[in-house]
Amino acid sequence: MAVEIQREKYRSKVGEVVLGATKEQGGSRSHTITVGGESTLPFLHFEGDMPNRPVVALEILDMVPEEWHPCLEKYYGDVYADPADWAKKCVDEYGADLVQIRLSSADPDLKDSSPEDCAATVKKVLEAVGVPLIVIGCGKAEKDNLIYPVVAEAAAGENLLLGVAELENYKAITSACMAHQHNVIAQSPIDINICKQLNILIAEMSTAMAGRIIIDPTIAALGYGIEYTYSIMERARNGALQGDKMLAMPMIGNIGYETWRTKEANTPADEAPGWGEQEARGILWEATTAMAYLQSGMDILVMRHPRAAALVKQNIDELMQDNSY
Amino acid sequence: MIIIGERINGMFKDIAKAIRERDSAVIQEWARKQEQNGARYLDINVGPSSTEPVEAMKWLVEVTQEASDLPLCLDSTKYDAIEAGLKVCKRPAMINSVPAEAAKMERVFTMAAEYGAEVICLAMSAEGIPKDAESRVALAMELVATADAFGVPIDNLYIDPLVLPCNVAQDHGPEVLETLRQIKLISDPPPKTVVGLSNVSQGTRDRELVNRVFAVMAMANGLDAAIADACDDELMAAVATARILLNMDIYCDSYIDVFKKG
Repeated sequence: MAVEIQREKYRSKVGEVVLGATKEQGGSRSHTITVGGESTLPFLHFEGDMPNRPVVALEILDMVPEEWHPCLEKYYGDVYADPADWAKKCVDEYGADLVQIRLSSADPDLKDSSPEDCAATVKKVLEAVGVPLIVIGCGKAEKDNLIYPVVAEAAAGENLLLGVAELENYKAITSACMAHQHNVIAQSPIDINICKQLNILIAEMSTAMAGRIIIDPTIAALGYGIEYTYSIMERARNGALQGDKMLAMPMIGNIGYETWRTKEANTPADEAPGWGEQEARGILWEATTAMAYLQSGMDILVMRHPRAAALVKQNIDELMQDNSY
Repeated sequence: MIIIGERINGMFKDIAKAIRERDSAVIQEWARKQEQNGARYLDINVGPSSTEPVEAMKWLVEVTQEASDLPLCLDSTKYDAIEAGLKVCKRPAMINSVPAEAAKMERVFTMAAEYGAEVICLAMSAEGIPKDAESRVALAMELVATADAFGVPIDNLYIDPLVLPCNVAQDHGPEVLETLRQIKLISDPPPKTVVGLSNVSQGTRDRELVNRVFAVMAMANGLDAAIADACDDELMAAVATARILLNMDIYCDSYIDVFKKG
């Protein structure tokens, strides 16, 4: 007797967001990237569609990083001083699907770069690579609110992914994205209720922006509460598939940033002999963190170590193999 | 819970007048108001005094569809009027309603299968409305089995256990709630459930309070839909809140607005 396989039926799906714009579309990207569109839980190709594969971004800064582990120097040391070269290396040598630049130098406690300097850097990076670009501020809201409109205008037409909007500070960045047609990262502190509320507030400013939101649920690295973010993402994705439009957005996470703050990634082998060699350990810590988030529905993984990124891309290739029956 | 907006009904004087005078603006205003406040279906009833129910139903459906894309719930005891409405509906509609009586079930389920319509099935027979839950559930089973025989999928059935005014038939309240619970056990998947909410408060002084308390109690017992006053803000807020407390929607501070916008 044939076994009848029970399949879950979902009522709705995640919205698709296009990043970047080609020359014909008013930008200068060599191609665009579409994320989202899932009509099933991750990689359950037998229950629904996953029309767009998750993508891997490599992160760069607009200044020589002060706190990055020295093991990364052999990959990026020669380009740390020039964000354009750095971005190019990420794409050409390390196969990044897209690049995320953090405008760290604008931090008033670091270099306090002006919004115009930031815009010039973004333009240079856009000229250096053809992939769509993610741009995020320095993390100090007051300064970032001055940067967003200038960068958004300078990159008008490029359909950037700009971040980050937070519940207490979303209007300036949303206005900048509305005015110059960019996408926005909506970041909530591992909190599904705030995640949903922030999406509603952004959508209230402009209905069109509801289709231009990427959710950043704020992630934790392996060993540092990954299960909290995992379950929040799971809940959001289940909500999206059951018809909750205010949670039906693709998701992004700063995997590299979080992983390379952990002691497991950074502790030298001589301080913890049982843990094995530091760099290999760091790579695996980052890749494992990323793989867990692939399973909870992450669409854009922002990574740091090129070898971790390569492992994850391989994992995505395998997971995207059709398993329908 | 889904709200089926009750306001386009010839029992209301302004609607009866609008039907007589073919004044589409009044109908369309109510269609829009109910949709904006969270209705997900619109009940369409020409009223008991209409002298030309078939023509009136056709007209009401046409003018309502010009103002709203919501599916319609065609409400009449005259099946010719319902069929006239089904013919002009742009999207699958709901038939309101059929009791557990052989001839009526044959007529309605045949129509439902032909037009892909959903059906509100009343837990009553030619002998009237039973008092206890067990008899209501028995009638529900009869309706579900008959619908199946006519090729109407169970997903398209809404069982109405029939709510009576609390001031004249107080003992029916717990029986209705018990019926709602038991209907979810009669088949897998089970049929959906619906009530005509405003019946519970007929003749009482604080009608809106009675309606919203009963709505929440019924939801906790598994109610899927209610024909109700979608423009009663307190009712809509209570329903939205009950959805949160029953873990049907994910909480956020604007959850009432989100519920209304659907």
